Amino acid sequence: MFGKLSLEAVPFDDPIIMVTVSAIVLGGIGLTAAITYFKKWGYLWKEWITSIDHKKLGIMYFIVALVMLLRGFADAIMMRSQLAMATAGAEGFLPPSHYDQIFTAHGVIMIFFVAMPMVIGLMNLVVPLQIGARDVAFPFLNNLSFWLFASGVVLVNVSLFIGEFAKTGWLAYAPLSGLDYSPGVGVDYWIWALQISGIGTTLTGINFFVTILKMRTKGMTLFRMPIFTWTSLCANILIIASFPILTATIALLTLDRYLGMNFFTTDLGGNMMMYVNLIWAWGHPEVYILILPAFGVFSEVIATFAKKRLFGYNTMVWATVAITILSFVVWLHHFFTMGAGANVNAFFGIMTMIIAIPTGVKIFNWLFTMYRGRLEITSPVLWTLGFIITFTLGGMTGVMLSLPAANFVLHNSLFVIAHFHNVIIGGVVFGMLAGLTYWFPKAFGFTLDEKWGKRSFWCWIIGFYVAFMPLYVLSFFGAVRRMQSYSNPEWQPLMIVAWVGALIIAAGIACTLIQFYVSIRDRKQNEDVTGDPWDARTLEWATSSPAPFYNFAHLPEVKGVDAFWDDKQANGGVPPLSEPPYQDIHMPKNTWEGPIIALFATIFGFALVWHIWWLVIAGGLGVFATFMARIFNDDVDYYVPAAEVERIERENRQRVKRKGDLAHSTRLGTQS
Amino acid sequence: MIRKKYLRVLSPLVLVSLALFLTGCDSALMDPKGQIGEEQRTLILTAFGLMQIVVIPVIVMTIAFAWRYRRSNKNATYSPDWHHSNKVEAVVWFVPCVIIAFLAVLTWYTSHSLDPHKPLDVEEGGQEPMVIEAVSLDWKWLFIYPEQGIATVNEIAFPEDTPVRFRVTSGSVMNSFFIPRLGSQIYAMAGMDNDVHLIADEQGVYPGRSTNYSGAGFSDMTFDAHVGSQQDFEAWVSKVRESSESLTFPEEYYELAAPSEDSEIQYFSEVSPALYESIIKSFHAGGDHAERVEAFSDSYADGFGHGSHGDEGHGDESHGESDESHGEPKSAEAAE
Amino acid sequence: MATDTLSNQGHAHGHDHDHHDDHHDTAGTKIFGFWVYLMSDLVIFGSLFAVYAVLLRGTAGGPSPADIFDLPLILISTFLLLISSFTYGMAVLSMNAGRVASVQKWLLITFLLGAGFIGLELYEFQHLIHLGHGPDQSAFLSAFFTLVGTHGLHVIFGLIWILVMLIQLKQKGLNDVTRPRIMCLSLFWHFLDIVWICVFSFVYLMGVL
Repeated sequence: MFGKLSLEAVPFDDPIIMVTVSAIVLGGIGLTAAITYFKKWGYLWKEWITSIDHKKLGIMYFIVALVMLLRGFADAIMMRSQLAMATAGAEGFLPPSHYDQIFTAHGVIMIFFVAMPMVIGLMNLVVPLQIGARDVAFPFLNNLSFWLFASGVVLVNVSLFIGEFAKTGWLAYAPLSGLDYSPGVGVDYWIWALQISGIGTTLTGINFFVTILKMRTKGMTLFRMPIFTWTSLCANILIIASFPILTATIALLTLDRYLGMNFFTTDLGGNMMMYVNLIWAWGHPEVYILILPAFGVFSEVIATFAKKRLFGYNTMVWATVAITILSFVVWLHHFFTMGAGANVNAFFGIMTMIIAIPTGVKIFNWLFTMYRGRLEITSPVLWTLGFIITFTLGGMTGVMLSLPAANFVLHNSLFVIAHFHNVIIGGVVFGMLAGLTYWFPKAFGFTLDEKWGKRSFWCWIIGFYVAFMPLYVLSFFGAVRRMQSYSNPEWQPLMIVAWVGALIIAAGIACTLIQFYVSIRDRKQNEDVTGDPWDARTLEWATSSPAPFYNFAHLPEVKGVDAFWDDKQANGGVPPLSEPPYQDIHMPKNTWEGPIIALFATIFGFALVWHIWWLVIAGGLGVFATFMARIFNDDVDYYVPAAEVERIERENRQRVKRKGDLAHSTRLGTQS
Repeated sequence: MIRKKYLRVLSPLVLVSLALFLTGCDSALMDPKGQIGEEQRTLILTAFGLMQIVVIPVIVMTIAFAWRYRRSNKNATYSPDWHHSNKVEAVVWFVPCVIIAFLAVLTWYTSHSLDPHKPLDVEEGGQEPMVIEAVSLDWKWLFIYPEQGIATVNEIAFPEDTPVRFRVTSGSVMNSFFIPRLGSQIYAMAGMDNDVHLIADEQGVYPGRSTNYSGAGFSDMTFDAHVGSQQDFEAWVSKVRESSESLTFPEEYYELAAPSEDSEIQYFSEVSPALYESIIKSFHAGGDHAERVEAFSDSYADGFGHGSHGDEGHGDESHGESDESHGEPKSAEAAE
Repeated sequence: MATDTLSNQGHAHGHDHDHHDDHHDTAGTKIFGFWVYLMSDLVIFGSLFAVYAVLLRGTAGGPSPADIFDLPLILISTFLLLISSFTYGMAVLSMNAGRVASVQKWLLITFLLGAGFIGLELYEFQHLIHLGHGPDQSAFLSAFFTLVGTHGLHVIFGLIWILVMLIQLKQKGLNDVTRPRIMCLSLFWHFLDIVWICVFSFVYLMGVL
C-alpha cells in the first residue's frame, strides 16, 4: 500500500533532525494559523500563488532562495563544527551516515535551491523591465517553472524527516549512486527533486531566451541591451543547451535504479565514466549559468554608482559570448585524474585557461568604469569591490587547477573546495546580494538599510577569507574533501580557524536578516517615490517603484545603451513622467493550473521515491489532467482599460508629487 | 574613511595569509619526496607567480580607483561619458593573452612530461619499474606485489630511488589513489586498468589515501607507504611472507572485499596468480561480480534514518560491516 | 524631447495604438518558443545517441545489434512515419486553405499511421523481452531500449496531441488558438521524423551492416 514507506522512515532517534523538524513543523503550523487568522489565504492565492507577474515570481524565487540559504548554511556550520573536532580518533558529533548526507545536501541546496533561484529570481524581476516589456513571452510557463522549482524544494526538505537524502556527494557519481551501493531512498529523493525542478529551469531558459529575443521594446537592438540582459541571455542559452543533458543523465540513472538497466553499473557493459562525463557536460555550463548574471549585476551596479558609462560595452558583450561558448569545451577538467591521455588533458586544460582571458578583460572593464567616475560607496558597490578582489584570487586558483599536471596533486583536495567557494561566494553570492540591494526598491518601493547592508558585507568578506584560506593551506598537507574525520591532529588548528570563519559568515547572514527587519520597519523613511532611487541608467528605473503590474503605461522607446540616463539628461536631469492619454493594455490572467500541476508533480515524485505505485499513477494523471485543463482553457488574457491605467498612473504621479517634493529637490541639488 | 576600513581589514588578512603560506612550506605538496612531486611543486609555484602579474595590479587598482574616484573626492577627474579607449582595451586583452599563452605552452609541456602513464626516465641504469597493483575496496586498499607473489591491506613498501608503476583498479565504486608526498593521483575504477608512475627519492613513511569519496568508510581509507633501502624492502617482504594468511580468488578475495571500515593492516603470503587481472575481469562479460557481492548489499543500506546506522550493524545482518571489520563499526560508537 | 523617447510614440503624436505590440502569446512568439524547445529536446536525443555510441559494444556477452534487429519490420515502421509526415504536411496545407474538415481528415490519417508505428515498436520490444533480451540484460540493450523508447514516448505524446487538436478543431474550428498549435505540432511531428531517420540509420542500418 505504501511501498517502501513505513513509520521507521522517520528518524525519531536523531535529536538533531527531530529538533529541526519540530521547529519546522511548529513554524509551519504557526504560519498557517496566522494566515488563517488574518484571512490571508485568498490574498495569497490571488496575488501570489497564481500570479503570472514576473516581478512577483522573482520575489517568490528570492524568498525561497533565502529560506533555503538558511538550511544550506546550517549544513555548512554542522560540517565545519564536525571537522573542527573530529580528529585523532575523535568522531565528532556526526557519524558518516549523517555527515555524508549533509555535505551532499549542502551542495545540492546551495547550487540548485539557493544560487539558481536567486539568479532566476533576479532575471524575473529585472529582465522584462530592462527590455521595456510588459511581461515574459510565456507567463503561464513562468508560473509553472516557479512551482516546479518549489516542488523540488519540497522534496529535498521532505527527505530531511521522511527517509534520508543521498550520501553520494552533490553530483551523485555513479556507481556509488547506483542501486548496488546506495540502496536507500536518498538518491531517489535527489533524482526526483532535481528532475522536477530541472524541467522548470529548462522552461525558464526557453521562456527568457524568447522573451529577450522577441519582446524588446522599440529601438532596443541587441547591442543596446543592458549588460544584465545580455548576461541573462547567455545564461539562458546555456540553460537550454545544458539542462537537457542533466535531464537525460538523471533519467538514465533513474532507469538504472528503477528498471535494472546498466548504463552506469560496474558490470554488464555499463560505463561509469560516461556518467561523470555527462554530468560535467551539464555541470560546467551550470557554473556559468550562475556567474554570468552575477557579472551582469556588477556591470549595472558599477556604472550606476560611478555615474559613468560602462567601460567597453562591446568588449563586455563579446567576452560574455566567448565565455558562453568556451564553457562547453572544458568539462573534462573536472576529472583529469581519470587517466585520459596527455593530449586530451592538455587540450581541456588550455581551453579552461582561455576562459581566464575574457574574464580578466571583464575585470579590467569594471576597473576602468570606476576610473574617472564619481563612485558612491554604497553596499552594492562594496559587494562589487569585494567581488573583484575575491574573484580574481578565485580565478587564479582556478587556473592553477586547470593545469593537468598540477591538478594531479590538487584534485579532490580542499584546494578545490576553497577554489569554488572562492568564486561562488565571491562571485555569485556577492553578485546576488548586490543585485538584491540594488533592485530591492524596484520590487518593494523602498530601499534597504545601508548600515546593516555594509555590516553584512564586512562579515561575509572577512568570514570568507577566514573560512577558506585555511582550506587552501590544508590541501597542501593532503587534506581531501568529504572527510568525516581525519587522523592528523596537526590539521585541527586550521580547521578551527575555518569554523570561526563560518561563524563570521553566519553573522553576515544575520546582518542581512536584521537589514530586512530594519528596512521594513523604516519603510516610510526609505520610501522610493521617484522609481529611480540611485539615479540609474536603464529602463527598469523609468517606471514607478514598485512597478505597476503592467510595467509601463507607455512602452518606452530606446535610442542607445543607457537609454533612461540619456532621457534624463535630455530632460534636464529628471526622469520624464508618463502622461495621458493611455490605451488599453493586454495582459495575461492569473493561472491556477501552474501550482496545481506542480502539486501533482510533487506527489508523483514522492510516490516514485517510495515506490507507491498507485500514487505514482494518481500523481501522473493529476499532472496530465491539469495540463489538459490548461490547454482547454481559452480564458487566459484580458485588457486593462485605459481608464484603469490612467487612475494608477495618476495616483503614482500624486504620490511622487506629495511625498517626493523634498526628496526630489534634494536630488536635483546633488545633480547639478 | 574607506581606505582606513580597507587597511584595517586587509592588513591582518595579508599577515594571516603570509603566515599560512609559510606554514605551508613543509607541507606534503611544498616539500615533496619524489621527482614527480618536485616537478609539480615547481609547476604550481611558476603558475602562481606568473598570475601575480595580473592579480596584484587588479587588487591595487581596485582599491586605488575606488579610493581616488570616490564621490567625495572633488579633485579627481570626472568624465562621465568616457567609456572606450583602444589603448586600454589593447593592454587588457594583450596582457592576459600573453600570460595564458605562456601557461598554455607550460600546460602542453607538463601534461606530457608529467603524464601519469609515462614511465619515469631514471638516469642511472634505466631499470624497469617495480610493479605494485592497488585495488580499492570498500573501504580499504588491497596491494598486490605480482613479482613477489604477496599482498597486503593498507600498507605498502618499496625501495627508494626505484621507479614504481602502480597499476590501479577498483573492486567497488570509484576511488582515487594518492600519496601526496610523491605526487600524482589516479582514479581507481572497477573493470578498468589505470596506472601511475611514481618514485621516492628519500626514505620515510608517507601517508597515502583515497581522495575520491566512496561512501561511509571513506575517511579512513588510508594507508602508509614505507620507503627504505633495498634491504629494508626485502626485510619487509620476508615479514609479509611469514604471514599465514593467503588470498585466493574468488573465495578469500570476496571475503576481504566485503565492506568494512577503518581496516587494519593485513599481510598475505600467498596470492592467486593474476589476482589483479581476475578482479578486473570479474566486471567484464562472463564475470560474476554481481552474484558474488549480492551478499554485501545489506551493508550499504543503513536504514532510512539518519542516525540508525550503527543499530543496523548490530542487528541480524551478520554479513554486514560489524562482522567483517576489525572491531565495532566506528559509526556505531558515534551514533551514541 | 525626452518624453518622446519614453512614452510610446503613438501617444505623444496621437497615432493609434497597435495592440499587437504588447501581445504576450502572439503566434510568432509561440512558434519560435516551441522551436527553441525542440532544440533543447534535440540535446536530449543527442545525449542519448552519444550514450548509445559509447555503450554499443557493452553487450556483456549478450546479443549485438546484428543479432536482434529485424530490418524489414523496421523498414515498414520507418515508412509509416515518413508517410505520416507527408500527411501532416497535407493537414497544414488544408489549414492554410482554411478547410477544417480536410485538416481533421489528414490529422486522423496521421494519427493512424503514428499509431501503427507505435504498434510495431511495441511488438518489437515485446518480442525482444520475450527472447530474454530485455533492457536489463546489457548496457547495449539498455541504451537501445532507451533511445528508441524515448523517441517512441515522443510519438505517443504527439498522438495524444493530435487527439487534442481533433477535439479542439471540432469545438473551435481554426482560430488564433488552434492555428499556432497545429503549426507547433507540425514542427514536433517533422522533428520526430528527422530524429527517427537518425535512429534508423545510426542504430538499425549501421547495426545490421
